[in-house]
Amino acid sequence: MSKTVEEINRKIRTGKAVVLTAEEFKKLGNYESAASLAAKVDVVTTATFGPMCSSGAFINFGHASPGIRMEKILLNGVPAYGGIAAVDAYIGATETAHPADVYGGAHVIEDLVSGREVRLQASGKGTDCYPATEADVTLSLNDVNEAYLFNPRNAYQNYGAATNSENEKKYTYMGVLLPKFGNINYSTSGELSPLLNDPWLRFTGIGTRIFLCGATGYVAWSGTQCHLNRHRNARGIPLHPAATLAVTGNLKEMSPEFIRAAYFEKYGVSLFVGIGIPYPVLDADAAHDLLIRNRDIETEVHDYGKADHPWLATVNYEQLLSGEIELYGKKTRTAPLSSISKARQIAELLKKNISEGNFTLTEKIQDLPGSDSLNGLSTKKGARQ
Amino acid sequence: MKQRFVFRFPTDTIGIPVSWHLIIDYGLKINIFNAYINAGEEGNLALEVEGPKSAIGAGIQFVRSKGVLAEPIEKHVQIGMKRCVHCGACTAVCYPGALRLHGETRLLQFNVDQCTVCELCTTACPLKLIKISFVE
Repeated sequence: MSKTVEEINRKIRTGKAVVLTAEEFKKLGNYESAASLAAKVDVVTTATFGPMCSSGAFINFGHASPGIRMEKILLNGVPAYGGIAAVDAYIGATETAHPADVYGGAHVIEDLVSGREVRLQASGKGTDCYPATEADVTLSLNDVNEAYLFNPRNAYQNYGAATNSENEKKYTYMGVLLPKFGNINYSTSGELSPLLNDPWLRFTGIGTRIFLCGATGYVAWSGTQCHLNRHRNARGIPLHPAATLAVTGNLKEMSPEFIRAAYFEKYGVSLFVGIGIPYPVLDADAAHDLLIRNRDIETEVHDYGKADHPWLATVNYEQLLSGEIELYGKKTRTAPLSSISKARQIAELLKKNISEGNFTLTEKIQDLPGSDSLNGLSTKKGARQ
Repeated sequence: MKQRFVFRFPTDTIGIPVSWHLIIDYGLKINIFNAYINAGEEGNLALEVEGPKSAIGAGIQFVRSKGVLAEPIEKHVQIGMKRCVHCGACTAVCYPGALRLHGETRLLQFNVDQCTVCELCTTACPLKLIKISFVE
């Protein structure tokens, strides 16, 4: 017997839907079959909270009088992209004024979401229709017109773990990697992670309504580098970084609890993004996919000590979460960059919102238009001539 | 018992062989984790002292009597737990295991008794919430 999303939404609206977090659902899987769980449970909430560099926000500042065509834009000294209409800008999370700065676009976004004022400095050449050439004001999120997060690549479906074979520490976007395989760092929320609970993207697609940093957001498109044809294990889990999401949501509705600026030493600025996706338990197949456990999720350990990050080992998330893994006969400490406790908080909040009838599910409008392969970039001189 | 301290040496105390006195005069076993001693500069020494409680008390009193400041390690480590997101990045570099994520709750736990003030966590924390300072 199967349900429809509309039937589940009717139950949500009348407060009768049975909603569980992914962890609660998986625990029940120890005692009950997928078919039995599909009959009893309507919605399962998944979540992740990790550093996602490919993030940023569009902001419309409103027109001054006389108007200015903003061509160069700084927010708290951080350059924002102004190569769009006169008072529109995009502030990228990783942008900084100078390469070594520890304050960047992500911090500007966190400041705005936290209600703090930000200094806007803009300049333009002056035109007949926009004669002003300079603007220098402070403003808050309440002062601007639209402000929405638009993250080109979030919520990776699986990601490789990182270690370092070299004699020196490596400072990476995967954190600090100690010399001589001193640690292994990983970055997904494992069995709580959204796209690992929907391995075939049956329910995640364009138009999917999600929790985004405390606000209601949407999947806008596939994320960049979205690879839909990775090798999978027997449980259907891609063994390599696979699907990704481009997501969007209203910055004005977000909470600093679920969006945080980050700085990775000697690497740069990034943004912790909190994403939650609810999945409908339409049938036994959906329940089966939602019952994946950390032991079912395999990923590869790569050596970031070498320039091309070669493969070293394949491990599963139960091993990674245990705190140590044996690598080359030596016990190696493992550590995450993605917060499981925050992901749990998001999954619980989403469960509460759905249970109280404040968040209904969507059917995807279209499959993610991902790719079956990924192009590299040849930097050899003349390679593309 | 074991206790961990940070000794701060004003410039005029650099020449005093404090460690030697603690070992020979007070019978203490010492283990140095972190040291910065240079002539003409203020120095610091992070160490664990092991021995009977009375001997440790007497030894620390001697150190202080020589003008060297001796404070427990926890006075020098600050973790901004209110803003911590419990990502675990700091646990990746904590050799002695003072910073760990709880096995069930996955919340960050700090056990100062295992801290060696190596300072690696201060660079690993993406939110820059960990401060280790040898200057009061």
